[in-house]
Amino acid sequence: MEKPVLERGTESIRGVDRREFIGLCTAAAAAVGLPASVGVRWAEAAAAGLKPSVVWLHFQECTGCTESLLRTSHPALAELILDLVSLDYHETLFAAAGHQAEENLRKTITDNAGKFVCVVEGAIPTKDNGIYCMIGGRTALDIVTEVAEKAAAIIAIGSCASWGGIPSADPNPTGAKGAPQVLPGKTVVTIPGCPANPYNFLGTVLQFVTYGTLPALDEKARPKFAYGRIIHEDCPRRPHFDAGRFAERFGDEGHRNGYCLYKLGCKGPTTHANCSLLHFGEVPGAWPIGIGHPCVGCTEQSVLWRMPIHATVEIDRPTPPDTYPPIHAPQGGVSAVAAGVAGVVGGALLGGAWMAAKKLGDGDEAKSPGRE
Amino acid sequence: MAVHRRAVLKTLAASGVAALAGAGKASARALRPAPPGAMGMLYDTTLCIGCKSCVVACKRANDREPDPGPFAERIYDAPLDLNGRTKNIIKLYRNGDEFSYVKQQCMHCLDPACAAACMLHSLQKDPVTGVVSYNPAYCVGCRYCQMSCPFNVAKFEFDKAAPKVVKCELCRHRVKDEPAKGADGFTRYPPGQGPACCEVCPRGAVIYGRRDELLAEAKRRIAASPGKYFQDRVYGEFDAGGTQVLYLSHVPFEAIGLPSLGQRPIPEVAYDVQEGIYYKVPFVAPVGLYAVLAFIAYRNRRAGSGETGGGDA
Repeated sequence: MEKPVLERGTESIRGVDRREFIGLCTAAAAAVGLPASVGVRWAEAAAAGLKPSVVWLHFQECTGCTESLLRTSHPALAELILDLVSLDYHETLFAAAGHQAEENLRKTITDNAGKFVCVVEGAIPTKDNGIYCMIGGRTALDIVTEVAEKAAAIIAIGSCASWGGIPSADPNPTGAKGAPQVLPGKTVVTIPGCPANPYNFLGTVLQFVTYGTLPALDEKARPKFAYGRIIHEDCPRRPHFDAGRFAERFGDEGHRNGYCLYKLGCKGPTTHANCSLLHFGEVPGAWPIGIGHPCVGCTEQSVLWRMPIHATVEIDRPTPPDTYPPIHAPQGGVSAVAAGVAGVVGGALLGGAWMAAKKLGDGDEAKSPGRE
Repeated sequence: MAVHRRAVLKTLAASGVAALAGAGKASARALRPAPPGAMGMLYDTTLCIGCKSCVVACKRANDREPDPGPFAERIYDAPLDLNGRTKNIIKLYRNGDEFSYVKQQCMHCLDPACAAACMLHSLQKDPVTGVVSYNPAYCVGCRYCQMSCPFNVAKFEFDKAAPKVVKCELCRHRVKDEPAKGADGFTRYPPGQGPACCEVCPRGAVIYGRRDELLAEAKRRIAASPGKYFQDRVYGEFDAGGTQVLYLSHVPFEAIGLPSLGQRPIPEVAYDVQEGIYYKVPFVAPVGLYAVLAFIAYRNRRAGSGETGGGDA
């Protein structure tokens, strides 16, 4: 039986009937950690044409975050995003070009002032008045300041937008900074990662468009649901770490057996992210540690592009290994050499004291006759 | 009269050598009862799975540095024993097929030896909760507490410039509110205020509450499965005068590091000696000691001046 194709706002959208669409929305809500009822609300909002506007700004970046967002492999999720939110400005995805595109941006932020979501992808150059990244004759700094001023929420996706990322690596020739640094006084939710896990972004943006609230954030404005814990705490290789089984070199037996990559420079112990729990692009094992490479710490400003990829990191809060101490702790023994050294030192002291006492006595005797 | 004589003998013996082991037994000093609101812990070896959650929780709750132990790199917290960085530890006893985990921390004795040994009352037993607490303000770092503890618990921060004594204080720094009796029959503090080790234990192998409630629970467990526990008894009910941390074990107590100490408190002998010297016959011991010293000094001086006199002549 062929499905009827009806117009939006009635019973079907793009050949998907209402029942299917609600199912799709519910599944998408579950995928980003929101309750099923939220999916129903999205479906109804989309059918009623109440789609929140999203403005996506690109600056100094590689578009990797956008590319990974487009590849979310959950059924029809990319389509859902296009249907659920009104992506009014996105330099990679829009059909318009040139002045038409810029007019689109101006119109969107004017018409939806105080209501739209501003997404920033890429770092913003600040050196020499920001001339190192210009779009339509305006600097990135100008654009982001103007758009952010009218936005209801600002989300920085990727490490570049979060603190500057790779464009800000030494010597930082363009003075690249992240969105939070160029927008002081504003709440900028950061979704660091290189690229950021698209589901962390979707969870944040969809919570905002559904409830009007932002998720709980940590001190670096990262959503706690995704960045609350370190890789090390949820790492599938953690038992090997606790047991002291390490890959010492790439390709050695430990490496082939899937042992812990800490000694190869894994940054898991200092990196806050949920890579091990929410696999990238929903491909199981598709993350550095999953393919046998140490975590590089792409979500941490102090790690990637600040220290060598294969240097080991300090462990903030070491925990016990899977060994146990015996009931009676081993007592430190005294080695023969130590005993010998102690004997020599003690003997020298004794001898010295003896000689000193003798000399003292001699002195007395020597003086005695003189006094008489 | 007999009391007097014995006290004098004690005094003499104490000022001579410390061979006074027999004197304590003769006295009939009353055992100290548990304080009215004595809080404690009950650890059951048959429930412990050795996950060390309590070790991690203790470190965090007490803000202790990790101890790499025998590992060269600082990647684990692997203390071999209680130490200046470790107030709580899980150890393993293994003998053939027989094995047991054991949690070690301060026992919070009813009559603590460390508090008796502490010359400046830096270590004190709380009159209400019975927690043996440490106040670094008075501590001179003599480490008598470390020497006196029969369970080898009190430890010293040897690696610090201004070291302190480190021992479990039953997370008393977390307590803000009064304990209340809960539905499970145990009197406890609100969540987050009790001992961290007990709050995180996933198996209830270590629980906390009032000592009398825990003792009743331990006896209930023994009665429910006779023969399951070593000697069908609770370690700490009477041992060393009683402790506020109680143990149930399926292996001999000695094997998991709980020594046979008898039922008399450890500091009893020391108290007897002190009382004998300073209270039972006041002034005799110090006056006698100084009299002897004065006599020796006088004699030496006379002998010395005699020689000098001879030389002058």
